[in-house]
Amino acid sequence: MKLEDIAKLIDADVLSGEDKLSTLDVCTACGADLMSDVLAFCHERTLLLTGLASPQVVRSAEVAGLSGIVFVRGKKPGEDVLELAEMLGIPLLATDFPMFEACGMLYAAGIGGTYQLSQTDRGSTGNASGETRP
Amino acid sequence: MTCTDEPVLEMEFAVARHDFAAAGEAASRVKQVLRQLGIASHLARRAAVAAYEAEMNLVIHSHGGKIVLRVDSERITLAARDSGPGIPDTELAMREGYSTASDEVREMGFGAGMGLPNIRRCSDCFEIDSTVGRGTTVTAVVNIARPGS
Repeated sequence: MKLEDIAKLIDADVLSGEDKLSTLDVCTACGADLMSDVLAFCHERTLLLTGLASPQVVRSAEVAGLSGIVFVRGKKPGEDVLELAEMLGIPLLATDFPMFEACGMLYAAGIGGTYQLSQTDRGSTGNASGETRP
Repeated sequence: MTCTDEPVLEMEFAVARHDFAAAGEAASRVKQVLRQLGIASHLARRAAVAAYEAEMNLVIHSHGGKIVLRVDSERITLAARDSGPGIPDTELAMREGYSTASDEVREMGFGAGMGLPNIRRCSDCFEIDSTVGRGTTVTAVVNIARPGS
């Protein structure tokens, strides 16, 4: 699903990365407020839904190779977060929907979860023993 | 690729205590450098995640330190070194969920006792050496699979 379709679906404002709206294809998403969980369990090219609006969210997305970030439940990031996202080329969306509802709407529309992906793609993000956990 | 321990690259990144604004810059640079060296995307990502967790640990818990990135033909080695305060019980610190981080750190999405376990999860080889009053060194190695291996 294109990022612009996701923005329409969850009635999100585009805060950064307008140039990627029609080109970025999103297949998987995850919802998390704990960045260590994002780093450990999210696959590359996953869309992150989060209620945190700190610069560390953008850094985590960059390090983990995520495709973009959706701030839920009306959270609005500060200028420092917007500037960092622009610099790193990470799209930012913001919706008033809470986490559960935003995730549910995307899941119902066909966006998959990272746990499903890990069952078919074990080993790509884990260590040599193939350790990836739900 | 020849089998040699000659370093292709060695770089150091200073990490300052409680500099949350800059936290993550070293990990970003690690990922960028590894990609520039032509390291496979999933290996660069694992190393960058380990570097980021190590960097956050230095920012949150240490008096300051550095991350040393060393790359040779067979492995990516990250060493996070600080000058204290040291960890009294490293076995306890390695336990998922154990944390001494402040609420401020938790509000940024860290400090849930996942840092060291995440570094180990990303690594093919992991070591932690800590002495109270002297400091901690965390070493994480990501092997670079060679063609045909």
